[in-house]
Amino acid sequence: MAEEKKQDHVKPVKKMVRPVFVVDGSRTPFLKARGKPGAFSAANLAMGAGRPLMARQAFEAGDLDEVIMGCVMPGPDEANIARILALRLGCDKHVPAWTVQRNCASGMQALDCAAQSIAYGRANLVLAGGVESMSHAPVLLAEKMVAWLAAWGKARSIGAKVKALGQLRAAHLKPVIGLIRGLTDPVVGLNMGQTAEILADRFDISREAMDSFAVRSHHRLAEAQEAGHMSEIETLYDTRGHFYNADDGLRADSAVEKLATLKPVFDRPFGKVTAANSAQITDGAAMLLLASEAAVTKWNLPVLGRIVDSEWAGLDPSQMGLGPVHAMTPILKRHKMALDDVDYWEINEAFATQVLACLAAWNEPQYCREELHIRGVMGELDQSRLNVDGGGVSIGHPVGASGARIVLHLLHVLERNNAKRGMASLCIGGGQGGAMLVERV
Amino acid sequence: MASTKYKHWQLKADSDNIAWLHFDKADSGTNTLGREVIDELSAVLDDMETERPRGLVILSDKPNGFIAGADIHEFARIENIDQAREVIRRGQGVINRIARFRFPTVALIHGFCLGGGYELALGCDYRIADDDVTTKIGLPEVRLGIHPGFGGVARLPQLIGAPAAMNLMLSGRAVSARAAKKIGMIDYAVPRRHLHEAACSLIQKPPKKLTASGWKAATNHALIRPLLARYLRKQVAKKAAKEHYPAPYAMIDLWAKHSGDSSAMLYGEEVSLARLVVGETAQNLIRVFLLQEKLKSLGDKKQFVPKRVHVIGGGVMGGDIAAWCALRGMQVTVQDREEATLARVIERAAKLYKKKLKKPRLVQEVLDRLTPDINGLGVAQADVVIEAIFEDIDAKQALYREVEPKMKAGALLATNTSSIPLDTLSDCLSDPSRLVGIHFFNPVAMMQLVEIVTAENTSPEVAAKAAAFTRHIDRLPLPVTSTPGFLVNRVLMPYLLEAVVIESEGISAKAIDQVALDFGMPMGPIALADTVGLDICLAVAETLSRTLYKDTKVEVPARLRALVESGKLGKKSGQGFYHYPANKKSKAEASNPGKGEYRPADIQDRLMMRMINEARACLREGVVSDAELLDAGIIFGTGFAPFRGGPMHYIEAQGVEQLIKKMHHLHESHGERFNPDESWLSTT
Repeated sequence: MAEEKKQDHVKPVKKMVRPVFVVDGSRTPFLKARGKPGAFSAANLAMGAGRPLMARQAFEAGDLDEVIMGCVMPGPDEANIARILALRLGCDKHVPAWTVQRNCASGMQALDCAAQSIAYGRANLVLAGGVESMSHAPVLLAEKMVAWLAAWGKARSIGAKVKALGQLRAAHLKPVIGLIRGLTDPVVGLNMGQTAEILADRFDISREAMDSFAVRSHHRLAEAQEAGHMSEIETLYDTRGHFYNADDGLRADSAVEKLATLKPVFDRPFGKVTAANSAQITDGAAMLLLASEAAVTKWNLPVLGRIVDSEWAGLDPSQMGLGPVHAMTPILKRHKMALDDVDYWEINEAFATQVLACLAAWNEPQYCREELHIRGVMGELDQSRLNVDGGGVSIGHPVGASGARIVLHLLHVLERNNAKRGMASLCIGGGQGGAMLVERV
Repeated sequence: MASTKYKHWQLKADSDNIAWLHFDKADSGTNTLGREVIDELSAVLDDMETERPRGLVILSDKPNGFIAGADIHEFARIENIDQAREVIRRGQGVINRIARFRFPTVALIHGFCLGGGYELALGCDYRIADDDVTTKIGLPEVRLGIHPGFGGVARLPQLIGAPAAMNLMLSGRAVSARAAKKIGMIDYAVPRRHLHEAACSLIQKPPKKLTASGWKAATNHALIRPLLARYLRKQVAKKAAKEHYPAPYAMIDLWAKHSGDSSAMLYGEEVSLARLVVGETAQNLIRVFLLQEKLKSLGDKKQFVPKRVHVIGGGVMGGDIAAWCALRGMQVTVQDREEATLARVIERAAKLYKKKLKKPRLVQEVLDRLTPDINGLGVAQADVVIEAIFEDIDAKQALYREVEPKMKAGALLATNTSSIPLDTLSDCLSDPSRLVGIHFFNPVAMMQLVEIVTAENTSPEVAAKAAAFTRHIDRLPLPVTSTPGFLVNRVLMPYLLEAVVIESEGISAKAIDQVALDFGMPMGPIALADTVGLDICLAVAETLSRTLYKDTKVEVPARLRALVESGKLGKKSGQGFYHYPANKKSKAEASNPGKGEYRPADIQDRLMMRMINEARACLREGVVSDAELLDAGIIFGTGFAPFRGGPMHYIEAQGVEQLIKKMHHLHESHGERFNPDESWLSTT
């Protein structure tokens, strides 16, 4: 019903009012969370990507019109992290900055907001992207504990304090792990892995199919690293004398037989989604510089590509993994494109099974008809053009950053292959999908 | 009512009849307490006695601070004890008058409030300071070889207790407003916007004056003082010998003897300080202070205002130069071919910043200004490019050829070379007059001196810019010519090599170092060589002995070469002349115990005369332009015993004849290398 209503009333313009160009971009290596807080806070990750990016520009940080960042779980000292980044980059006080949150697509949302600002003529030069330090996700006190602390604070006399102490229970001390809560849909009560299990069941995706998808992701990343295809990565330096210059979640020796030994983590004990065929919990930042035609001319900027269109879609939260097909389909329809008209694809690998489910949905007449409202099927997506250098399963998925990463990398893939059109898309916890169509000029 | 009859002071009464006494020393950027200023203040106080305001607030109109202290230039001109006593009495007099006023008095402090400035504030009933980081409060007199004389020794221990007071005065340390509030040196540390209101409120409702109480007050008790004094003397003895630095000892004696008896104390301050001021140590330290001022004046900050610095080479020198520049406010990019090297640069920088700034927010702010730049992108935006790669002519030239076309017009191209003549390096440039040497010393964060090296073809404008840059990063520029070793390394090397020769004669490293420490050097020559790195010493020694010392037959001692060949490079390798245990708590031990404590009588002369002789040669050759700069360079570059006022000053003090005799004697017994420089001959 909702979709039909939208079809009736919303007629998005096909083209941006003013063209929006991507002129440059960079990202940090994505660093796998290893149980304890990693070496970099979200703000420091953002600086790690933003500082070298700004250093190589012909203009100053203060020439930016705006800074927009996506971030799902900034640290307690990182409220409006985009503003923190802007000031630390030396943007001077007059450059406004804001932070957006659309869960796993926050980075792409930031790009979309920046693109709109430029399209409307409100800005000429915007730094946009996303950042997440998942290893620094807050660990909170239980509400009962907070209430107890308030009572303790009020207890003045020794008697009152003794009484308050007597009311403290072991259960009060159990911490709330922010990361786990953040990855759980509070409306349908499922964690993200369980939504992936639902898709595996719905489209009959085998454990072996997911595992081989995961293995392929690792192998593709290994080849890309070997070939030097990750040039958008800027080395990070911590203050303890270490440096980080590559995505460190890669398992180049990954093999289906090995993955088969892992136990499911979400639907225990009979499920199929394991840690190895899911995206890694990771820290990282990615950002792009978006410019209007005027800015491109003024600063003589190199053009990496153009943001042509974007789309956001909603669907059943318990099947959130199918979000990409819901977001990409309207774009393809608007531009009258078939799957083959797009040269390269980046569909974020939140779960191997979720990407496979997207491909299956596009190829299933019933789903296309009932959910996507298209006649026939979209067809078979050529997987040799999908996530060609790996994805969330091998690279990792710092939720706020991935949206920006896939758009940036897609532009590099297009350039490398001298191709024209690319589509980047993500599924979004809470039952949404986001997609962005880019092309080289 | 505003009176304008004074040159340095301005008295304004507000509607509540509070007198606001503004200090704004004419023709000066900084408030200091000179004779004229104090005389005028005395006249102002005369007026005040007749007008009887409700209260008095003393404040400064200078943006940089309240009062920086007494006028050192006047101190330097004092000729005898009587003159000194007169100056001290005069200062004590006005402050005592302020202290005796029946109405409340407030010192309103911002920026620096040092020495006589804080003593004036101590004369007021209350002290309020701006809590900004720029506020620095203290009694640093001891650093000039003297002690407070305008009532500081009398009042501070009474105010905050002896341990804290003596600690401050003996170290000469200045503290922040917050720290000052914590230990009771001031009544309030408030944001600048509240200063005025705070002063009014104290005058309208004067609270009880601060004074040491409880155990703090007890530390000034006649029974405690002798014990505490003994402890303090022991502590001071660890850092400064009495014969070299009499002031801290005099200060302890003064307090131990008179504390609590205000008039005896003030009289004691007067007598003791007057004696110190005309003494050799103070005069020499004051001279060093003025030399420092002279070096500072050699760089004109207004002439060149760099914002971005690009350092190429992330080794110890390059990395630390980059870190220092960022700490001093520059936007810095540091380039190296190895990420691992850059990672170590950041690690060392973070350590330095944590030590200096403490607060994580401030550390982060400086780290944000220091960008590792593997691709050298910073060159194009830099106002100053500093090359600090390894000492290889071809490599440096290749680098310059690559860098020069990318640089902004008017940007400075500097090299940190310590051994290669500039004109050799610059001939690859399309504009050879552009290259200047900015030679830092290790450790960069400690060594104030920077040699500004120019070849004949270096443009004077470039040299002036280099000196200006040096001032922007708070270092002292010393212009030197591009002759091998420049000034500092050249005079250090014969001294170090002599130490190595003595060591190979069988004298223990410890004994040799002790002799140098006795002279007043901050570190013994053998320990210094180990710290610098024996490989680096060897390389410099070889360069110099090939070019400079070939006539004086200075040979690189075989012992040095042998140590380097066996991989014993000093501190960094854990073994040099000394053995450095991995556990830092255990002490370094001499690897060659030699003859234990035995030291021949002439080794101090052997060490020091080598250095002094070389210094004379430098002056004769015009490596530096005059004897003052030579002294300044050697004091700030080598740590040459500051209380001796520098080698040239030392020669004067000892008598030329006397030292020539020494040289001849050493020449006879130890050979050619003690051949007196020809400049000695012309002086007799």
